This record gives sequence, C-alpha cells and structure tokens, in this order.
Amino acid sequence: MASLETIEQALEKVKDPEIPVLTIKDLGVFRGLERGEDGSLKVVITPTYSGCPAMYTIEQQIKQVLSRLGEEAVTIETRLDPAWTTDWMTEEAKQKLQDFGIAPPEGSSADKRALFGEERQVTCPYCKSRNTFMKSQFGSTACKSLYQCKDCGEPFDYFKCL
Amino acid sequence: MEQEKRKAALNLSLVMGDNALILGHRLSEWCGHGPILEQDIALSNIALDLIGQARLWLSHAGKLQGGKSEDDLAYHRDVFDFHNFQMVETPNGHWGTTLLRQFVYDAWHHAMLQKLVHAQDEDFAGIARKSLKEVNYHLRWSSEWVIRLGDGTEESGAKMQEAYADVWPYVGELLQKDTWLTELEQLIPGFQADEILSLWWKTIREVFSQANLSSEPMDWLYRKGHLGHHTEHLGYILAEMQFLPRAYPDATW
Repeated sequence: MASLETIEQALEKVKDPEIPVLTIKDLGVFRGLERGEDGSLKVVITPTYSGCPAMYTIEQQIKQVLSRLGEEAVTIETRLDPAWTTDWMTEEAKQKLQDFGIAPPEGSSADKRALFGEERQVTCPYCKSRNTFMKSQFGSTACKSLYQCKDCGEPFDYFKCL
Repeated sequence: MEQEKRKAALNLSLVMGDNALILGHRLSEWCGHGPILEQDIALSNIALDLIGQARLWLSHAGKLQGGKSEDDLAYHRDVFDFHNFQMVETPNGHWGTTLLRQFVYDAWHHAMLQKLVHAQDEDFAGIARKSLKEVNYHLRWSSEWVIRLGDGTEESGAKMQEAYADVWPYVGELLQKDTWLTELEQLIPGFQADEILSLWWKTIREVFSQANLSSEPMDWLYRKGHLGHHTEHLGYILAEMQFLPRAYPDATW
C-alpha cells in the first residue's frame, strides 16, 4: 500500500486537459486525500466551474494514476463548498500560465466589482504591456475571457477571477 | 412538519434545477449560429454553466427523493413534472429576444442566489455559493448587451422593444409570490421572497433606463410552469433532449 506522500506526488502527474501546464494541485482542484480504515482511498476534488467538462477527464486520470500504484478501491468526492476560487492558485501556477500564453488572474476574487465596474487591467502575456482590452467576457473555456493587446496586437486568454 | 420541509426543499431544487437545465438547453441551440464567434462562445459558455448547475440541483433533488440520479430526473420525467418557468422554454427568437430573456432571468437568478447563500442548509448554501460566482458573469454580460442594443441604432432599439413585448408576458411567474416561495420562507429562516423581487426590480430599472427601453407596466399573464403547466414548446425540447436515453436505456459513454 503506497503512502499518502507517494500518492500525492503521483497526483502531480494529473494535468488539466485544457491547460496542460497546470497540475490539479497548481490549480487548487485537488483538496485532499483520506485513507479509510478498510484501506480504501478517498480523493477530494473541487470543480472550477460547475459545468467544467474537464472534471470528468480529471477523475479518470486520477483513477488511472492510482491504479498504477495498486490502489483500486478509490472513491472521488466532489466537494462544492467552500467553492473553488482563483485565490487557491499558487504563484508558481500563475507564472506557468503566463509562460504558456494565458494571462493569470489578477487581484483577489474578493474584489467585488459593481455590475458595471471599470474593466480590470490585464497584462499581455506576450509583450507585458498593460495596454490591453477585453474583447469578450467569455473565452475558449468556461474559466477564461478573451483579451487583446493594443501594443503587440496579439489576442490572448485571460484566466478570470472567480 | 418534516415532510413539509422536505417538500419545500424538493420544490426549490426542482425549480432551480429545471430552469437551469431548460434554459441551458435552449441556449445551446445557438451554438454555431451566434452572430459573431465571440458571442457564440459566450452563449455556449453560459449554457455550460447552467447545465453544470442543473446537475448540482437535480442531484440534490434526486437525493431528497430517495436515491434518484440527476439523469433519472433529466431524462425520465414528462412535461407535467418539470418545474421550470415558462419563460425559459420559449423559443430563442432573434438575438435581441434571447438576450432580453437572458437578462430578465439572470437578474432573478442573481437575486435568488444572493439570498440562498445565507441558507443554513449546507447543501443549498453550497450550490448557491458555487453558482453565484458564475451568475455574476452572466448578469454582467447580458446587462451590457441589453444596454448596447437598446441604446444602439434605431433598428437595434426597435428590435429590443419588440423583444420586450415578447418576453414581458412571461415575467409574472417570476414575480408572483407563490406557494413554493412562501414554503421556502418557512424552510429558510430569514429568507424573504419580497426581497428577491425588489432586488430584481432594481436591476431591471437600472439597466432599462441606461438602455433607453421603456418599461411601462405591461400586463403579464399569470403562468404556472413551476407547477407543471407548460407551453407546447417544452414537449419539443424534451423530445430532443430525452430521445437517446429513452430509446437506448443501456447506452453509456
């Protein structure tokens, strides 16, 4: 039976299928491990968006990784509360996103904007200019908006604060 | 008493879940047909959020009904057992109609969730907290569009006024303080249905005035989708949505 430490390390291999540079630990989707008295294993995860289609793939990947470690009695618990927030994303994860060409979430999810607050200033992941604007509130996946840089002209994804 | 509470909890889960499911399904019809790519993607994203939320609410409703699954409820109920408002099953119409219906619903959804996050019931509060974060983005997007089109060109303004005439007759159901809401007041201490309505009106007035849309009181019909009384449109939605699991009950991915 593998130790919880080994298992946690192995779970580093599970990546978000839509953002393959981030692991589920980087994202904060992985919330914990519990070993039951009967030797079974429970993995707790929290979905980013409630309709995120990546969650199913992530569950399958977790089961696969664990099965290679000989863990067959595995349950995956999806915990909704506390709700996932971009604040759980590590600094390292934000850097990885930036290098991948996705602008990481800026500021805290606690910044409550009014219904029509000012647009958030987002840095272009390519040329680092702050002179960017939002093209669309919704982007290629549920967690991203579409921005464009006015200096280098590149469109890019911004991981929105949640 | 316990039984009454369970009934109120089940009604809430079904109203929230069925609204999200049916509206999500309607919006998904825009996929590949949006006026521009960005907005096609936006609507598909909102549809996805709503379907996700429908899964949470319907799973909960299934638990309250003694172990039914979300799929049992989505695929194996008929029209009369659906609790969604009639508004969300109406056909999409043109872009402006879809947008206005979305805005009116988002404003209600947002107000409702803002109150449900304070419920003592951990299941309700958990689903509401999760959903509210997503609905913030929906409401902002639909409000901006209503303003952009209402206060846009002469043509876009006229089309929005036309959309208003299409959508408004269905609004009564959101505003009527019906039994499921009074039961909810019993279930959730501090929950007041009147507060939802005043929050809703506040958003509507703010956006309509910026959009130069006249919101003169217009008669709405009292509709009872949440009691299972539906328009003919819901049957067509279900026929499409439920066909596969009904024809091939053993189908799996």
